[in-house]
Amino acid sequence: MVSPKLSVKNLSVSFDGKPSLGGVHLDIAPHIILSVIGPANSGKTTFLRTLNRLNDEESAMKITGSVLLDNKDVYREYDPVILRRKVGIIFALPTPLPMTIFENVIYGPRRQGIQDRNKLSATVERCLKEAYLWDEVKDRLHSPAMKLSGGQQQRLCIARTLAVEPEVILFDEPCSGLDPISTAKVEEAMSKLKKHYTIVLVTNNTKQAARVGDQTAFFLMGELVEVGDTGSIFTAPRDRRTDDYISGRFG
Amino acid sequence: MTALSPKITQRVAFSLLLASAVTVILPVVVVILVIVKNGLAAISWEFLTTMPRSGMREGGIFPAIVGTFCLVAGAIVFALPLGLCAAIYLSEYARQGMLSRVVRLAIVNLAGVPSVVFGLFGLALFVDFFRFGASILAGSLTLGVMILPVIITSSREALDAVPKSFREVSLSLGATKLQTIKHAVLPHALPGILTGTILGIGRAAGETAPILFTVAAFYLPRLPQSVFDQAMALPYHLYVLSTQVPNVGVPIRYGTALVLLTIVLLMNLAAVTIRSHFRAKKKW
Amino acid sequence: MPVRYKLKEFLFETIIRASGLASIIAVGLIFFFLLKEGTLLFQTQTLGDFLLGKKWYPISEPPGFGILPLILGSLLVTLGAAIISIPLGIACAVYIAEVAPPRIKEILKSGVELLAAIPSVVLGFIGIVTVVPWIKSTFDVPTGLTAFAGSFILAFMAMPTVVSIAEDALHSVPKIYKEGAYALGATQWQTIYRVVLPAAASGIVAAVMLGIGRVVGETMAVMMVTGNSASMPKGIFYPVRTLTATVAAEMGETVQGSDHYFSLFAIGIVLFVITFAVNMTADVFIHRRRK
Repeated sequence: MVSPKLSVKNLSVSFDGKPSLGGVHLDIAPHIILSVIGPANSGKTTFLRTLNRLNDEESAMKITGSVLLDNKDVYREYDPVILRRKVGIIFALPTPLPMTIFENVIYGPRRQGIQDRNKLSATVERCLKEAYLWDEVKDRLHSPAMKLSGGQQQRLCIARTLAVEPEVILFDEPCSGLDPISTAKVEEAMSKLKKHYTIVLVTNNTKQAARVGDQTAFFLMGELVEVGDTGSIFTAPRDRRTDDYISGRFG
Repeated sequence: MTALSPKITQRVAFSLLLASAVTVILPVVVVILVIVKNGLAAISWEFLTTMPRSGMREGGIFPAIVGTFCLVAGAIVFALPLGLCAAIYLSEYARQGMLSRVVRLAIVNLAGVPSVVFGLFGLALFVDFFRFGASILAGSLTLGVMILPVIITSSREALDAVPKSFREVSLSLGATKLQTIKHAVLPHALPGILTGTILGIGRAAGETAPILFTVAAFYLPRLPQSVFDQAMALPYHLYVLSTQVPNVGVPIRYGTALVLLTIVLLMNLAAVTIRSHFRAKKKW
Repeated sequence: MPVRYKLKEFLFETIIRASGLASIIAVGLIFFFLLKEGTLLFQTQTLGDFLLGKKWYPISEPPGFGILPLILGSLLVTLGAAIISIPLGIACAVYIAEVAPPRIKEILKSGVELLAAIPSVVLGFIGIVTVVPWIKSTFDVPTGLTAFAGSFILAFMAMPTVVSIAEDALHSVPKIYKEGAYALGATQWQTIYRVVLPAAASGIVAAVMLGIGRVVGETMAVMMVTGNSASMPKGIFYPVRTLTATVAAEMGETVQGSDHYFSLFAIGIVLFVITFAVNMTADVFIHRRRK
C-alpha cells in the first residue's frame, strides 16, 4: 500500500470554546479525489481549512491532534507560507482579485520572486489550459478578471492555484454558485487534475460527490461518520446516518 | 383648546426640523458669499506672488502661501507613513483585546485634544526639548501629530473595507502576510487612504493655534531658507491682519481669507470627489 | 524561504507593530510635557490659588495666577454655544436621518462637512466683520466683542460634531422598532418622537458631549470675537476671556521659565483633563448604544 499524502490523526478544532471538529482520523492517498459531504455546519469546511492552516488568522481557535503532509506535521514542521504553496485551495465563491486575468494567474509565482516575463507567460498558458479556460480567454489575457462569467472566474481561480504548483488542491464547494454547464466544466477539470494532484472536494451536492469522488467521507456535527470508496458509501453505507443523508432524508 | 391633529403636528414639526437643518448650514453659504464677494477684487497675480510691504498694509501674501505649503508638506511626510502603519497594525495585526481598546481610546482622545494644547506640546517637545527652535520643522511635526488621528481613522476604515476574501486568496496562494498586505490589500484601500490624507492636509492648512508658538512669524517678508527657519503661514497671517494690525485695507484681509478658504475647500472637494468616484466604480 | 527575506519581513512587521502604539505614545507625550512644565508653577503657587483665585494678573507685581475668571469665561461661552447648538444640531440630525429625501440629504450632509472644514480663523474673521457689529447695534452694547459673539460662532463650530454623531446614533436604531410603531398606526413624527429619539438617546448624549468638548477646546475664533477681558465675567453681553484664548494670546509674550510661562502650561493641563474626561465619557455612551 502507498503511504498517504495527507494523514489526519485525532484532529479536534474549536472556536471560542465551541467544538467544531472532534477526533477526526483520516488518511488520504495520493492522486485521488476525496469527496467530503455533510449538512451545513458539519465541520467539513473547518476540516478543509485546517489542512492548509488558513484558519491560523482566527484568534480564538484551538487545535489538538495533528495533520501530516508527506509524514511531516503541518502545524509543527511547516512554515505556513511553504505549506500553502504545497496545499492550494479553491473557495466556494469565485474570488478573482480585481486585476487582469494574466496578473491573477501569476499572483502566486510573483510572490515567490519570479520576474522573468517569458517564464510567467508560459505559466499562464499552461495553467489556463489545465483549467480548461485557455481557449475562452487567450485573446484577452490583459482584460479585468472581474468581467469573466462566474464559471470562467472559478476556472481562473483553479488556474491561479495551479500556477503555485501545489501537490494537494482543496476545493471548498467550488460549484455552489455555478450553473450546471459551468459545474460540468469545473468537474471535468478536477477529474483530469487528479493525475498530477491530490484533491479534497467539500461539496453540498451528494450527486457531485458520487460523480467525481474516488473516495467519500461523511461528516455530521463535527464528527467523521464514515469514509470509504465512493461506490460502497453510496450503495452500501455502514452507518444509518450516512444512508439517511445520501438518500435525502435530512440535510 | 383642542389638541392639534397628528397630521398637523407632524407638518409643523417637519417644517421646524427643515428650518433647523437650513440654519445649520447657512453659515457655509454666508462665509463663502461674504469672502468671495469682498475678496475677489484683491486677488491678482501680484497679490499671490509678492512680499507684503509697509508692515503688511500693502503688497502680497507670497511668503504666507509658501510657508503654509511647507508646513503641510512636512506634516504629511511625518504623519502619513506613521498613520498608515498604525492603521495597518490595527486592521491587520491587532487582535480584539485590551491593547487594541487602549489604542482606540488614545486615537479618540488625540482627536479631541484642543488645538492650542497641541501648540503647547509642540513648544515644549519640539521647540525646547529637541532644540529645533521656532521653525518649520517644529511646526510641521506639531501639525503632523495633530492630523495623525484623521489619517489613522480614515486609513483604517479603508483597510477594513477591503474584503476578507482578498486576504485569504493571497495567503492561500503562498504569499506571506506582508506580501498580502502590500499586493492584495493596500492597492484596494488606496482611494480611502488618499481621501483621509487630503482631509488631513486641509485640516493642517487651516489650523492656527498649533503653529502660534512653534513656527509662525508675525512679519517676515522673505522666503524660508531651511526647515530650521521661521515662516509666515496663511491662517496666522489672517489672524494678524484682522486683529493685530490697525488700518489694513479691507481687500487685503478678505483676499487672504479667500486664498485660505479656497485651499481648504478645494482639498475637501478633492477628497469628496475621490471618495464618491471610487465608491461608484467599486468592483467588489 | 531565504533568510534575508524573513529578516525583511520581520523588520517591517516590527515597524508596523511599533507604529500601532503611536497614538498612545502621542497622548502620553502630550500629557507628560504639559505636566513637566505646568507643575513647575506650583513651586510658588498653591493649586487652590490657581484654580479658585479671582485675579489673573500674570505680569503685575505681585502677580496673580487665579484662573477662575478664565474658567467661568470658558463656561459661559460654552453654555451659550450649547444652548444654541444642541437643539439645532439634534433637529438637523433628525431631519437628515429620518425625514429628508435622498437628494436633500446629500446636500445637507455635504454642507455639514463643509462647515467642519472651514478654518477656525476664517470663522473668527467672519465673526468680526458680521456677527460682532450686528450684536453691537441690535443689543445696543458698547462693544460687540462679547461672550455672546463667542457662543454664537462656537455653536456653529460644534454643529458638525453634534450632527454627524447624532445622525449615526439615529441611523443605528433598528428598523423593526419603527415598523412596530407604524403597525400600531403612529404617524412618522410620533414614531420619531416616541420611538426613535428615545432609542438613540445614549448616542445623542455622546454627540452633545463631544460637541461641548470641541467648544471648550476651540481657540482662534473665540479669541478673535470675545474681547479678551480677563476679569470675572459679568454677563453674556460683556467681553470675556476663555482658557484657550489666554494661552494663545499670552504665550508669545512670556519669558521661558517664568511663572507666567508655567501657568499657561498649567492651563493646558486643565484643558487636557477636561477634554480627556469628556471624550472618555462620550465613548462610554457610544458603546452603551452599540450593546
